[in-house]
Amino acid sequence: MARGQSASLDRKKLFSDPVMMGTIVLLIVFLTVFILYPLAVLLVDSVYSDGKGLTFEFFAASFQKASFRTAISNTLKVGALVGFLSTAIGLLFAYVEVYVKVKTRFMAGLFKVVSMLPVVSPPFVLSLSMIMLFGKAGIITRHLLGIYDNNVYGFWGITIVQTMTFFPVCYMMFRGLLKNIDPSMEEASRDMGATRMGVFRTVTLPLLLPGIGNAFLVTFIESIADFANPMIIGGSYDTLATTIYLQITGAYDKNGACAMAVVLLLITMIMFLVQKFYLERKTAATLTGKASRARMLIEDKSVTLPLTILCSAVALFVILMYICVPFGALFRTWGRDFTLTFRWFEQVFTKYKGLKAFKDSFILSLIAAPITALLSMIISYLVVKKKFRLKGFIEVVSMLAMAVPGTVLGIGYIRGFAGGIFRTGFLQGLYGTGAILVIVFIVRSLPTGTRSGISALRQIDKSIEESAYDMGAGSLKVFTSVTLPLIKDSFLSGLVTAFVRSITAISAIILLVTPGYLLITVQINEFAEKGSFGIACAFATILILITYGSVLLMNFIIKHFGTSRKVKEVEQA
Amino acid sequence: MSGSRTNEPKGVRLDHISKIYKNPKTGKDFYAVHDVDLNIEPGSFVTLLGPSGCGKTTTLRMIAGFESPDEGEIYLGGEPINELTPNKRDTAMVFQSYALFPHYNVFDNVAYGLKLRKLPKDEIKEKVTNILKLVELSDMEQRMTNQLSGGQQQRVALARALVVEPGVLLFDEPLSNLDAKLRVQMRTEIRRIQQALGITAIYVTHDQSEAMAISDNIILMKNGVIAQMGSPTEIYYHPNSEFVADFIGECNFLPCNVTGREGEDVLATVYGHPVKVRSATDKMGEAEIVLRPEAIEIADAGQLPCKVELSCFMGSYQNYHVRVGETLVKIADNCPIGKKTFQVGDDAYISFRSECSHLLET
Repeated sequence: MARGQSASLDRKKLFSDPVMMGTIVLLIVFLTVFILYPLAVLLVDSVYSDGKGLTFEFFAASFQKASFRTAISNTLKVGALVGFLSTAIGLLFAYVEVYVKVKTRFMAGLFKVVSMLPVVSPPFVLSLSMIMLFGKAGIITRHLLGIYDNNVYGFWGITIVQTMTFFPVCYMMFRGLLKNIDPSMEEASRDMGATRMGVFRTVTLPLLLPGIGNAFLVTFIESIADFANPMIIGGSYDTLATTIYLQITGAYDKNGACAMAVVLLLITMIMFLVQKFYLERKTAATLTGKASRARMLIEDKSVTLPLTILCSAVALFVILMYICVPFGALFRTWGRDFTLTFRWFEQVFTKYKGLKAFKDSFILSLIAAPITALLSMIISYLVVKKKFRLKGFIEVVSMLAMAVPGTVLGIGYIRGFAGGIFRTGFLQGLYGTGAILVIVFIVRSLPTGTRSGISALRQIDKSIEESAYDMGAGSLKVFTSVTLPLIKDSFLSGLVTAFVRSITAISAIILLVTPGYLLITVQINEFAEKGSFGIACAFATILILITYGSVLLMNFIIKHFGTSRKVKEVEQA
Repeated sequence: MSGSRTNEPKGVRLDHISKIYKNPKTGKDFYAVHDVDLNIEPGSFVTLLGPSGCGKTTTLRMIAGFESPDEGEIYLGGEPINELTPNKRDTAMVFQSYALFPHYNVFDNVAYGLKLRKLPKDEIKEKVTNILKLVELSDMEQRMTNQLSGGQQQRVALARALVVEPGVLLFDEPLSNLDAKLRVQMRTEIRRIQQALGITAIYVTHDQSEAMAISDNIILMKNGVIAQMGSPTEIYYHPNSEFVADFIGECNFLPCNVTGREGEDVLATVYGHPVKVRSATDKMGEAEIVLRPEAIEIADAGQLPCKVELSCFMGSYQNYHVRVGETLVKIADNCPIGKKTFQVGDDAYISFRSECSHLLET
């Protein structure tokens, strides 16, 4: 059969649409230069150097180092345990929310806080509070329990902090899945004589199984890619991300760092591929239905009580950890002198150029956020609504960025842009500027934005846009007059998420930032490492206020100006 | 409606159009639409009818420009349009899901296409007002679309497509989301408006009664190929295959043996009993008689003996299943009151007038 004609006609139609064509070309250039190219340079540098030509020496040298081998096993151990714990706690929370009758508003509030925290918090503040609560001078260890030499640094420190940081992500994933389970399936099982535990074991759990694997791998990847927590609370317990960082900033061994980065990338990439192409599909296959009606919540005290207590304990622990941060900034000397003082906040601005740090972080993130939000909406639009040959490329590459640890990307950027593209000097001006920081912010937030954009766009009936197209609107007009207004809410939240992610980013940024720019997260990291917790906490507190403020602002805007409001109001009328 | 159309209705010609898709399960290519060749006169109402998966919607979407044909060329008003994007084609489509813009009110929805054409404001206002009057939604301009009932949403979708005065109006199963009563009402409405404006309309449906009620011509499709085209009467009384006969209404197929000719009819025997069937064929031997249930009479005497297997009162008719030889024949005995009602197990005779029958060569 001759299929040539429709393909060539589709191509002709595409070419007759310059806006569309231009957008696609620009996107492909952007993704190639800023995601694919740095990774390619990384690969090349790991097996090639000017003096030695093609060689596997750098890999060999890395693997000969006991410290590197330990780092690999450390990373995998922490990752596996964090993945397991986060999944379990996340599932517990989701189950309680969806299945169990929670009586008090207090509990409902706890759940809301827990789901909100990972959005607004810089990824590593929990390390600070962990040290302040359980370290040598920790309130709980030293002052409550009288343990004077508790070592919080190392395996358990990282594991607990990462679990507390990442389990809310699992919780939100499971909440979505559990809500999609049709209650009548479970009722059928109960009706045929299964006990409550039996229902969970034979119906709920098997349906969730791919989702559980999915959540596990997502946290696993997050854990092994995490840089800041191991940096602060790892002590001598090195993970891959910190080892690579030290390899390039300390030992200044570029090829070695590249080889190590390739190893880390390989690990995350394999996990990502399994997660994306196997588990996610399976999850979608088992849980696509919508619940046909509301679920009868479990009211049985023997079930509700222990579950509620367990959840409250975890939630309170998390909240306690967050509360620690502002208090850490208010006490004169944590662990010794608990007089309240504003001196740390003052010092942030008087002594440590806090204003410049906040200004730099704020402005760079403010530039990156709208670009990221728009870019991810455009990518999702192309992926969901259009068909063209290079669509797969755009989808894969923009999602690929999700599997690239920040440290790896940072090294790729150093190697790829320090001497200009392919060390020709082309685009060399970019390196060391704010622009490259903005680009890193964009690349790092793009996958999240694209993912939520795709799911928002899938909700919109394809024929709505087709109808606009059919009425005579060009693709730009369709996008601006129909698509964008309909996903306004999702666009706004993408905007804020991108902003928050950018202003709290550290792993790639710390490798690329030059003395010309002071960034809050880099400052926090620096002071935390030095042991100046007061200053670190003061920075972190203000940062949390900024991010929390922007989320509040977003919710306010969505509530009062969002698309869904108009529609909702009408529905109530 | 003043009916001052600035845009003339256009004809559509599909010149040996084919569309190939890949079967997602087997990975093999197959023809979703195969060698469809037809000519639609300007101002006519044509329905693409067929079971799901027959290629009717794909054909419609190729005319609109959402899909590109793999073979053949599509002409709109004599111009080849294969290379034009949907927004550059002089077509307007009414979608199955209505596809109204939920963030606009009724007025803005209808005005959308006119604004794109950069018409002056008062002209837009006038045109929208007129078209909303035509679809009887005059007082609803300011409503959001989700404040409307299904039928009203349908009218907005229709108005939005009509107001741009397209050369061809396309309908993709527009009534399938409405309840049965409203469906009947809306199809009359659509036909009325199409006639009033003299617009060319291509309508996709799988509902044969809708197709019969609304169309000048029906194109019945099966597996991507045109099974038969013609006026509703032609297709109903002269189906060219069992598929067509069965798809359009209920149908009986009686095996027969053609033995000779008498005027417009041929002489044949059914299980040894002589009957007359309307046919132009000269071919002797085995064939099938196509008979509609309402064309058969049941009585104590007649052409073919039968045994009653089901007798059921349906209100407007008495429904019988009878056995003639080995063949099950369905009968709709209209207005049964006052007639003899046969019971299950009764022996009876059926008969039909030759002009109500049709011969299908096997």
